[in-house]
Amino acid sequence: MSSSSPFFLDQVLFIVLPYLAFALFLLVSIRRYIRESFTFSSLSSQFLENQHHFWGLVPFHYGIIFVLTGHFVGFLIPREVLWWNSVPLRLYVLEISAFIFGLLTLVGLISVIVRRHSVPKMKMVTSAADWVLFGIFIYQVVTGLYTAIFHSWGSSWFAATAAPYLWSLLVLNPDITFITAMPWMVKLHIIGAYVMIAFFPFTRLVHALVVPNPYLWRKPQVVRWYGKWIETRQVR
Amino acid sequence: MNVRSQVSMVFHLDKCIGCHTCSIACKNIWTDRRGAEYMWWNNVETKPGTGYPTQWENQEKYRGGWEKDGTRLRLKSTSKSRVITEIFHNPSQPSMDDYYEPWTYKYSDLFNAPEGSDQPTARPISMVTGEYMNVEAGPNWDDDLGGSPVYAENDPNLKGLTEEQRQQLFAIERLVFFYFPRICNHCLNPSCVAACPSGALYKRGEDGIVLIDQKRCRGWRSCIAACPYKKTFYNWSTGKSEKCILCFPRLETGQAPACFHSCVGRIRYLGVLLYDADRLEEVAKLPDDQLVEGQRSLILNPNDPAVIDAALKNGIHESVIESAQKSPVYKFVKEWKIALPPHIEFRTLPMLFYVPPMSPVMATQNDDTVHSVSDSFFHDIEHSRVPLEFLANIFGAGHQAKVVYALKKQKAVRLYRRAVTVGDIDMKTAERILHEAECSVAEAEGIYRLTSLCTFDDRFVIPPMHREEAIEMMKEPHEHRSETGFGFVQAPERGL
Repeated sequence: MSSSSPFFLDQVLFIVLPYLAFALFLLVSIRRYIRESFTFSSLSSQFLENQHHFWGLVPFHYGIIFVLTGHFVGFLIPREVLWWNSVPLRLYVLEISAFIFGLLTLVGLISVIVRRHSVPKMKMVTSAADWVLFGIFIYQVVTGLYTAIFHSWGSSWFAATAAPYLWSLLVLNPDITFITAMPWMVKLHIIGAYVMIAFFPFTRLVHALVVPNPYLWRKPQVVRWYGKWIETRQVR
Repeated sequence: MNVRSQVSMVFHLDKCIGCHTCSIACKNIWTDRRGAEYMWWNNVETKPGTGYPTQWENQEKYRGGWEKDGTRLRLKSTSKSRVITEIFHNPSQPSMDDYYEPWTYKYSDLFNAPEGSDQPTARPISMVTGEYMNVEAGPNWDDDLGGSPVYAENDPNLKGLTEEQRQQLFAIERLVFFYFPRICNHCLNPSCVAACPSGALYKRGEDGIVLIDQKRCRGWRSCIAACPYKKTFYNWSTGKSEKCILCFPRLETGQAPACFHSCVGRIRYLGVLLYDADRLEEVAKLPDDQLVEGQRSLILNPNDPAVIDAALKNGIHESVIESAQKSPVYKFVKEWKIALPPHIEFRTLPMLFYVPPMSPVMATQNDDTVHSVSDSFFHDIEHSRVPLEFLANIFGAGHQAKVVYALKKQKAVRLYRRAVTVGDIDMKTAERILHEAECSVAEAEGIYRLTSLCTFDDRFVIPPMHREEAIEMMKEPHEHRSETGFGFVQAPERGL
């Protein structure tokens, strides 16, 4: 194939880029966890500004968590999603609630950006990486919302087309037939996702990797004894 | 019986002069860093006053400590069910406004100002943004402001005082205040540890010091809301929480913590207590009026052969037990019962105890001489200038009995020593008052000695930490020595 064909570009963007992104994500995350564990933090700024914080952080986090979970579910159990969507009412419920959570993400994101920009103390704890991150997020949420409006019923066609493509990547047998036929906005959204995954381990996003799940079942008090030789007594 | 050892503390409030030397010693060693400028791991408050952070004792605002939920003990702030919903925005977390915005001055203006008829001034600049700012609050902002309608009158401990008592506290010529130095209490049932979603906070098994693992802290900030004493702090620059470490690097090398070492009034005592860890939960659930006695019952007699046996079985070193037997804290808390835990109703079982302060001697001046208002030279405890209700709200979970006991004993010791040294009180009266205060002559002498004549080694009985033994079990000590050192191998810098 010639290097100028659009098919070649598709191959770069939808085969090379995802592998590159995931490789970066894994390697850099692991390296950072081992070598720079001190930098794993939510880097919360609630301490510096406590009012506006609520209206940005809460909608953003609930929005993004729901939307991302939706993408994962579509990828993991596409058949079940298609079955759910086989009744129109259920499809509408899913699509509308997904769209609302997408909007929530956007509102939260804009609120967060305004807060970062307008509160003087906030500038002291905002790095260049944060601004790049906001840029990618805005791009990603806007392309996602556009897709939801103008290429509707994404929950169904995602399960039927994107899920097989992602699985083909996972089993190292990439098949981009479905993707090459996608509208350009959807393509932009997919590319954005890979860029974000590649960028993820370099930014404050790593705090999502250390969500505090053991808290729910650990004992309330933690006691550490000096030295590992007595580790059996670590938690009382 | 599950015997553990705890490095514990007593602050003798009757001796505190409010000089803040402790705060400065601590600040210079530990919190003179970016992001930590506003932190005072040790601070000295004026009571009545609003404290640091403002109104920290008001748990309706900050939801710190534990509450009883039927037979269960539950965190007031981040219970397990709420940790997920509140992790994005913690509604009870204090912000910088509740402490103060740290500042410095633009000193260069003093040198660079052009010649003129005005004195140049150094304007305050924020240590967060570097911009000019108006200073509206600062460390010890309510220092000595007993009687102030802005600060003292808003002390949460005034709850339950009658209008008359309040007026008494704020009357111009009668107003009274005392100092309340505070560090982390290194509690037996720390709510900060229980609240940490990452499990980064822990209690050291050997000495009970509560620490935050800086590498595991993710900045979820739950500990800050959960600590009812507001002694965990968020470093806004590194995105990690920090707290008093009881100068463990000093303790491990046999030195007293910096705030203890530097204390001008010699109000601070440090020593080991042995306690029964199996009964912690049971005691933490007792009704308010039984908490002080309950916590005392946790503390074991280090001379009891059964306790020594159990301690040795639990791996507590003989020298630590020996240290516990000499502990000044044991005497104040358990033998003499004149040191009380602060706000035990928060149910964290703090291991820093306070000898409640005696009020000033009340006197009248009709002619040229000053007359004591009481026949027995020292006024009655019940007529203290600081209302007992107020002291009881801080040191007795609202119940006066333990506070009265501690004050009566202190007063009896004073009278007894007056009889010995001045002699204007006859020994019979002194002994009667000692008897009424349930205090023997030997005990009175003991209290007097440890209060007034205490040397450095009387005040600080630091247990050997035996780090070397633990190291030997893991690796060759010389090899360890070449690998270790103070500070981080990896710089504690904020991530991207």
